[in-house]
Amino acid sequence: MATTTTSDGKLLGLWASPYTTRVQLALKLKSIEYELIQENLQNKSELLLQTNPVHKKVPVFIHGDKPICESLIIIQYIDDTWTNGPSILPSDPYDRAMARFWAAYIDDKWFPLLKELGGAQGDEARASIVEKIFEGLVLLEEAFVKCSKGKALFGGDNVGYLDIALGCFLGWIKATEIMTGIKWLDETKTPGLVGWAERISSDSSIKDVLPEAQKLVELYTMSAGLEKGASN
Amino acid sequence: MENKDSTVKLVGFWVSPFVQRVRWALKLKGIEYEYIEEDIFNRSHLLSELNPVHQKVPVLVHNGKPLPESFIILEYIDETWKHNPSLPQDPHERATARFWAKFAEEKLFGAAWIGLCSEDDEQEGAVKSSIEALEKIEEKLKGKNFFGGDRIGYVDIINGWISYMLPIWEEVASMKIYDPMKFPAVTSWISNFREHPVIKEEYLPSKDEMIVYFQWRRKVLKGTYPPMFSNLVKKI
Repeated sequence: MATTTTSDGKLLGLWASPYTTRVQLALKLKSIEYELIQENLQNKSELLLQTNPVHKKVPVFIHGDKPICESLIIIQYIDDTWTNGPSILPSDPYDRAMARFWAAYIDDKWFPLLKELGGAQGDEARASIVEKIFEGLVLLEEAFVKCSKGKALFGGDNVGYLDIALGCFLGWIKATEIMTGIKWLDETKTPGLVGWAERISSDSSIKDVLPEAQKLVELYTMSAGLEKGASN
Repeated sequence: MENKDSTVKLVGFWVSPFVQRVRWALKLKGIEYEYIEEDIFNRSHLLSELNPVHQKVPVLVHNGKPLPESFIILEYIDETWKHNPSLPQDPHERATARFWAKFAEEKLFGAAWIGLCSEDDEQEGAVKSSIEALEKIEEKLKGKNFFGGDRIGYVDIINGWISYMLPIWEEVASMKIYDPMKFPAVTSWISNFREHPVIKEEYLPSKDEMIVYFQWRRKVLKGTYPPMFSNLVKKI
């Protein structure tokens, strides 16, 4: 029987949540062993309620007896704690700051637009959100050019903070492409991001962690159906 | 001496609580800087150049490179000037500090701002949310002088607006979030923060000017906020 050591970690999460994927990517990069516990948001576990009493949300990473919440905070904790592996955040303070800036932009401004699209009523509203999503992608393209400094990834030669912060959404980006018929990552508009997405999706340290787009489509369709059923 | 232009510039707006955080952070580290006032209602090219994505203050410029967003600037300052660290060294304590800063910003600052800019059901909901957030902050502060313990730090700087700006918003919008009788730990913290030798020497916008400014903001923004809270208020 395995005994718990201080390097053991538990991750409370949801396979379909990009924020859970984020943490899994970081753990994989640092080769950290952990136990993944799938939560049911309709029936939250005691452990979740104890370890994240403030928000009662996933992901929660439990290291020894210490819980850490919020995906970006967890990633920085992992980077601060496991220092013998490759560094996730850049070493230069300015580059670190810009990585944090773009991760915050993705979370606060860009990804919410994709979610908003799902609830948009009417063609005009949809068109307006679609335009904003594309504008955001152009900004992220510029960010990619600046951060990658001519290399393959946001982190340069190695997968870094922004590769994880944006890469975790690739499943949902593809799922949304399938459901809307709109090609978000387009070579004519954002060639850098297209190349980056291909590299991330085929990176051996990452690809097994990213959820499959088709499974996400099925999940989305099923929950939308359930909601419709519930409201009747 | 560093080889590049090592001067520090802060582009700000006189009443912005986000800019205020950076002032405090720089002062606590004893960093000299040039302050550039920007009229955010009449923006110059400077802000478009320095913060093209959001066009907001504060922007810190160091070694010729611009950095926006108060949270990010504070961490940059801490990582660049390593004396008097504002974030704890221990990784778990750092994570905890970042968590509480984010919580307070989203749940207290965000809700209180909506309270300032709304009325009736909207405001009632926003006030209720703010009080819930403040209750959690009260728990966090019990038995401590500052959020991190005995020394002033990152979370105190982020939350410093509570000590001087929240009462102004409450007055302008006729709402009550912070009741000193109900929040003794917060009351104690406010006093510790305001009396801190560095904080009390630093510029603060005047009370009268803030009242006039926020009265104007409330008038302009009232009713323009997307309804967020009315579903939390039970309609009789």
